[in-house]
Amino acid sequence: MNLQDFVEKFAEQFDETDANEIQANTVFKDLDEWSSLIALSVIAMVDEEYEVALKGDDIRNASTIEDLYNVVKAKH
Amino acid sequence: MAFLDFNNVRIAGFAAGVPKYVAVNESVASKDYDAADFIATTGVRERRIGNFTTSDLCFEATERLLSDLQWDKAEIGALVFVSQTADYILPATACVLQNRLGLSKECYALDIALGCSGWVYGLSVVAGLLSETGITKALLLAGDAKKRAKSDPDPLFGHAGTVTAIEYNKGASGFKFHVGTDGSGYDAIITPDGGSRNQFTEDSLKLVQCEDGIMRHRLQTLMKGMDVFAFGISVVPKTVKKLLEKHQVDINSIDYFLFHQANKMMNEKIRKKLKLPEEKVPYCMQSFGNTSSASIPLTVVTQIPEIVRASSLHHLACGFGVGLSWATVLFDTDKVVVSDLVEV
Repeated sequence: MNLQDFVEKFAEQFDETDANEIQANTVFKDLDEWSSLIALSVIAMVDEEYEVALKGDDIRNASTIEDLYNVVKAKH
Repeated sequence: MAFLDFNNVRIAGFAAGVPKYVAVNESVASKDYDAADFIATTGVRERRIGNFTTSDLCFEATERLLSDLQWDKAEIGALVFVSQTADYILPATACVLQNRLGLSKECYALDIALGCSGWVYGLSVVAGLLSETGITKALLLAGDAKKRAKSDPDPLFGHAGTVTAIEYNKGASGFKFHVGTDGSGYDAIITPDGGSRNQFTEDSLKLVQCEDGIMRHRLQTLMKGMDVFAFGISVVPKTVKKLLEKHQVDINSIDYFLFHQANKMMNEKIRKKLKLPEEKVPYCMQSFGNTSSASIPLTVVTQIPEIVRASSLHHLACGFGVGLSWATVLFDTDKVVVSDLVEV
């Protein structure tokens, strides 16, 4: 798995936010559109693409998308 | 491996009771999303709530089913009540129901404190009790109904009480189970206060903000929604595949997949991962919400009653959730009794 690919898949979970606003170092919880529902979409995406079951704490403790990527990579 | 098989047992009938009152999800108390988002994601447009306990709803459903089945109450040798909303902390609600239903005093009765996985677990317990010379007819009552708070902050959950009649029947194909438990997730869905671990104090009623942006107190059910979601979409496809593989059953030969009605987003993910066609996966959550251990029989009673009455069918049912706990069963129905929905 690679970071760029993960960031793109992460960005696909948003409807209104421009994909350019979503980069590896983006603090995703600061995005206006971020919500508990988008968090569920991210969990589903990670399950489907990487067969990793994220915990709520994994999302809560991550700040940037790269942080979350590293969690997924470690569990992958 | 947690596989269980029981032969010579069959389901004889299903019934379900719900409150008459329909609560429509026109608003939600979350700062995170509005009612339209909530309905689109959870699939829950409306649900039934009322001032009834689970045992009230189960009682009404059972009276109807026994009358439709024309079963003699004296023949019923076991009553198993699956619920996390018992009438009292003690005694067991199954004992209260034995008397209220007028069943024999020669009756095996117990409560099982499980939620979303409970109907399937309860079916395994009842199946193990039945035999040719002992108990030949049994009732599995399952559901949850409780006013969780004055402001009703749980727009996902509906109230329902169901009954499934099960009997010994020599030659019947029986039930095949796969079950599992992961107590490391015990706090993923939890009512923290009011039990022995955290006894009730005035702090139990202090509102705290939950993960979903809704305020709740510690006598209500608190949920780590993200953990539960990740659990459901990963464990359900695995247990379904394990059971089918164990018994060399072709997934295409199953007529209906009866999943616990958690929420639409989770159930649709599960359906798509298993590549199941929509018409084989009936849902009742749109009208009744998440009804805990009632959800599988309630789906039969409200979504596929005619075909279950008229045909021979292969089913796979899977319950999953609070515990964390999950159980999957393969069973057949052959023109069984399905009572009309009882509205209390």
